[in-house]
Amino acid sequence: MSNSTVDASKRTWLIASSCAGAVGAGFVAVPFVRSFEPSERAKAAGAPVEVDISALQPGQKMTVEWRGKPVWILHRTPEMLASLKKTDSEVADPQSKRTAFPIQQDAHNEWRSIKPEILVLVGICTHLGCSPTDKLQPGPQASLPDDWQGGFLCPCHGSTFDLAGRVFKNKPAPDNLEVPPYKFLSASRLLIGEETKA
Amino acid sequence: MAEFKEISPNASAGAKLENWLHNRFPTAFDAYKVHMSEYYAPKNFNFWYFFGSLALLVLVIQIVTGIFLVMHYKPDAANAFASVEYIMRDVPWGWLIRYMHSTGASAFFIVVYLHMFKAMIYGSYRKPRELVWIFGCLIFLMLMAEAFFGYLLPWGQMSYWGAQVIVNLFSAVPFVGPDLALLIRGDYVVSDATLNRFFSFHVIAIPLVLIGLVVAHLFALHDVGSNNPDGIDIKAKDQPKDEHGHPVDGIPFHPYYTVHDMVGVSVFLMVFSAIIFFAPELGGYFLEFNNFIPADPLKTPPHIAPVWYFTPFYSMLRATTDVMVQVLCGVIAISAIITLLRGGLSTLGKGIVVVGAVVGIALLLTFDAKFWGVVVMGGAVIILFFLPWLDHSPVKSIRYRPDWHKYLYGIFVALFLVLGYLGVKPPSDAGTIVSQIGTLYYFGFFLLMPWWSKAGQFKPVPDRVTFHPH
Repeated sequence: MSNSTVDASKRTWLIASSCAGAVGAGFVAVPFVRSFEPSERAKAAGAPVEVDISALQPGQKMTVEWRGKPVWILHRTPEMLASLKKTDSEVADPQSKRTAFPIQQDAHNEWRSIKPEILVLVGICTHLGCSPTDKLQPGPQASLPDDWQGGFLCPCHGSTFDLAGRVFKNKPAPDNLEVPPYKFLSASRLLIGEETKA
Repeated sequence: MAEFKEISPNASAGAKLENWLHNRFPTAFDAYKVHMSEYYAPKNFNFWYFFGSLALLVLVIQIVTGIFLVMHYKPDAANAFASVEYIMRDVPWGWLIRYMHSTGASAFFIVVYLHMFKAMIYGSYRKPRELVWIFGCLIFLMLMAEAFFGYLLPWGQMSYWGAQVIVNLFSAVPFVGPDLALLIRGDYVVSDATLNRFFSFHVIAIPLVLIGLVVAHLFALHDVGSNNPDGIDIKAKDQPKDEHGHPVDGIPFHPYYTVHDMVGVSVFLMVFSAIIFFAPELGGYFLEFNNFIPADPLKTPPHIAPVWYFTPFYSMLRATTDVMVQVLCGVIAISAIITLLRGGLSTLGKGIVVVGAVVGIALLLTFDAKFWGVVVMGGAVIILFFLPWLDHSPVKSIRYRPDWHKYLYGIFVALFLVLGYLGVKPPSDAGTIVSQIGTLYYFGFFLLMPWWSKAGQFKPVPDRVTFHPH
């Protein structure tokens, strides 16, 4: 066996058929990997959600579900809006210039909202996806700085956000909370999942 | 092929059966000899050597209890939580089987951590056992995956938000991250699709890989032979042998160590049963209290933390803040300067060091701290694989190393436990600083090992293993 000469043509064909087999195996792997992608049903579940905010009093917050995520609607008081001036210098991206979560044109302002008092945010921390908890009351409290102006605290890794969802400096979360696409259908009805047509 | 053996017609029925089997399946008889009756293990094993066989025992417990749990569990977001409660309340003895499985998960990690620590202090990963160690590290990695996938199945608050956090770790990877996270979840959020695929991984894919790796770990071990607390190779050429060529300082695994291990198994099962019957939740460490609340995608519990066995690595993730990234930049710069000052490098070598350091610092500053947190956490596990090549100590066992090496190991263990403790707690400023120190020590311990492990006054290694008959 060991002394016999190599049959070059047989070896060529063995290599060729092995390569063909490997290519075939590669193609067969595609459907298996693709099956990991979201199904058609999951893709279809992202329809916009209509919300009635007529009962939402100043200082109150409500949560609705959109694409399986919590969306917060906060009716900010004038004091809350005033606090944004104070946090301007303490947040990492005051003008929302980072592009990881683009913000629609009519909400890309100092309030991060279409109407200054009505704040709409996806309540998912941009760090690792926990839902931050409300810390709307100003003043010193556990896990928060003494000059706390009100905002949100992520329980998982301690990221803090001000009342416009802007992340404070030197926290694990890299980005401000996402502003979902939304528009006003009327003064008291919101549609989350669709932006105002320019 | 082995020769077909005839046996006397007057032989006993037992002997005839054995002969019949031997002629048809000699592999089984050979395997019994190689791995049991003629596997010579050093006679000086101590307490630390119980944990290998205990890990095997826990694997069997997990597989058997798992098979029975799957008979009643429903991998469906709408039914999963209720089906676990159904197992706990309505299935006869279901509570016991489930508590065995949940306690077994924690027991697995306790046993494996102790088993790994033994390998570290006695240098069991050193040549020629590098592959035994690498297979072991792969087992540890697979075990973490198995535990993570399994933890989603009860579909409680901790299951849900824990999975959410870990899957989002992958989205921190630059460029492909978000798509990768989407591919893992199979949906835009953790959902029914995620639960179903995690169930598939937990009950079939990972266990198959795990069993394969355990077999490879044992085969590789039995090929090169076990290390021992003295780090002396009893099968080496200069070691005394008996007339059959077996090492004088070795004893057959069966019956000597099988019987010996029964003691370990008995003690282990006493503790294991005590936990199952008296404290199955173990104060929220083995089963977290928040996981008795069904998953709610709209509300994160006020405090979420992984199960205890992940927390040392989780602390390292949390420790990687912007400040920590700046510290890491400083560490790279200082190491590059020291390397240059020590000399012995060609101009090309110096150039490579400078370019490497500049690129490293540039990368650290380019990507978010969030991504580096993931790298640190992953790196803490991956670095273990390189241990055989990081340790340059002239002796294997801690017994013959300078005393100050023992202190380094002691601090390593203490900080690992502190990291574990901090990972369970809510984030705090003081805790972050301590975990940053712990993280730096952890990596320093391994990355500087090529230098410190050969420094100091080593003690003379005896010719043969130390053994006191009793």
